Amino acid sequence: MGKRTIIPFGPQHPVLPEPVHLDLVIEDEKVVEAIPSIGYIHRGLEKLVEKREYPEMVYVIERVCGICSFGHGWGYCKTVEGNMGIEVPERAEFLRTIWHELGRMHSHLLWLGLVADGFGFESLFMHSWRLRETVLDLFEKTTGGRVIFSVCKVGGVRKDISADGLKEIVDALAGIRAELKSLTDVFLDDYSVKNRLVGVGKLSYDEAAELCAVGPMVRASGIRQDMRLDGHGVYGQLDFEPVLEESGDCYARCKVRIREVFQSIDLIAKAAGLIPEGEISVQAKGNPEGSFVARMEQPRGEAYYYSIGNGSKFLERMRVRTPTNMNIPAMVKTLQGCDLADVPMLILTVDPCISCTER
Amino acid sequence: MSEAKHLIQQFVPVQASGLLEKVQDMKREGYRLGQACAAKEKGEFHLLYSFDKDHVLTNLKVKVPEDGVIPSITAIYWPAFIYENEIQDLFGFTFKNLSLDYGGKFFKVAEPTPWNPKSEV
Repeated sequence: MGKRTIIPFGPQHPVLPEPVHLDLVIEDEKVVEAIPSIGYIHRGLEKLVEKREYPEMVYVIERVCGICSFGHGWGYCKTVEGNMGIEVPERAEFLRTIWHELGRMHSHLLWLGLVADGFGFESLFMHSWRLRETVLDLFEKTTGGRVIFSVCKVGGVRKDISADGLKEIVDALAGIRAELKSLTDVFLDDYSVKNRLVGVGKLSYDEAAELCAVGPMVRASGIRQDMRLDGHGVYGQLDFEPVLEESGDCYARCKVRIREVFQSIDLIAKAAGLIPEGEISVQAKGNPEGSFVARMEQPRGEAYYYSIGNGSKFLERMRVRTPTNMNIPAMVKTLQGCDLADVPMLILTVDPCISCTER
Repeated sequence: MSEAKHLIQQFVPVQASGLLEKVQDMKREGYRLGQACAAKEKGEFHLLYSFDKDHVLTNLKVKVPEDGVIPSITAIYWPAFIYENEIQDLFGFTFKNLSLDYGGKFFKVAEPTPWNPKSEV
């Protein structure tokens, strides 16, 4: 056994947009153990439920994450609606699904830029974020916001999208499809990119299952796990089938996200074609009482929303379990045995969101 | 017509003393650990362990014993260390035989154990 050294990684590091700390125990150039430590930005948002009435909490929960903010707002509304027995109008569910898939594109394109930046391919980073701007522009046109949208509310949505607006979304996404293809071909075919991703940070099917990983992390290892299969929103009407890869390495995780960007374009086009006319919200009457657990498939994976109502305007408990929570054990596991030089790339392909994790 | 999977709500009450046996059974049956958390409901604290199988959720609801000591499930589901450390830091409960124990320093909170039942008088 060679000499072991502990290298502190983070909380401030060029590849980490948010603070997480890892003690990397290394032997020569190999990582033998990684001990995670978080808590640098714990915000106590769940505790705010004691001071904000349940209709206001949607604004707080949206701020759990600046990237998947719409999805968090939807997840919160879903648990409260379940608690109150509210049936949301179908048009609202279609609109939620469209915005949620735009959010997935936004998240994955942001991630592609970050990973390109991580392996030093600056022009790829710029093009990824340039294309992401198209999605943010669509958010701005339809909701008024680019990061926090505030369109989801208990009982439905606040804003409708006209037929022309839906056509504009579909046309805009079809318009960038060719550019997305040439961009993502570089991620998938360029030898220097493959050199950094292929065979690195492998997580086998059995390991992914044992470590209870979620999202693209687990689908890249071949496990058919995606909460969009549980029938929420209108995914049941869109013939949704999750994207799977087999090899479980950084390259497979990248490929899953790329394929999901194109899948989101297709899902949005389908939803825009099927959306019925009708109301976009119903009034929430009374206050939440009882417990309800809702789940969503956020861009990074499965998220939980557990609410307990006591008949007052204030929920007794609001729990949000974000995808990164569940991927930390898998990240620690894949770091074991990797080269020190691969650590940044490996962490990036998990796509950790510390802001989400700490809430 | 059967109920949509996302609407199925199963809450199974479990005693803290029987938790490990039940969780072991869940593991044997192929359930995946989804999350664990602590919560207060009608003045009483409980832990909620959520397990998934084929996109259907089963929640084990465990009343927290008076001494606040709960058996750790990390020997069965290792990833539970994330949740058990979180609960220790935020609620002040203790997990017996926790495989990776941060000793109350997993989260760096300004106010120690903000949901601690002993401080809520």
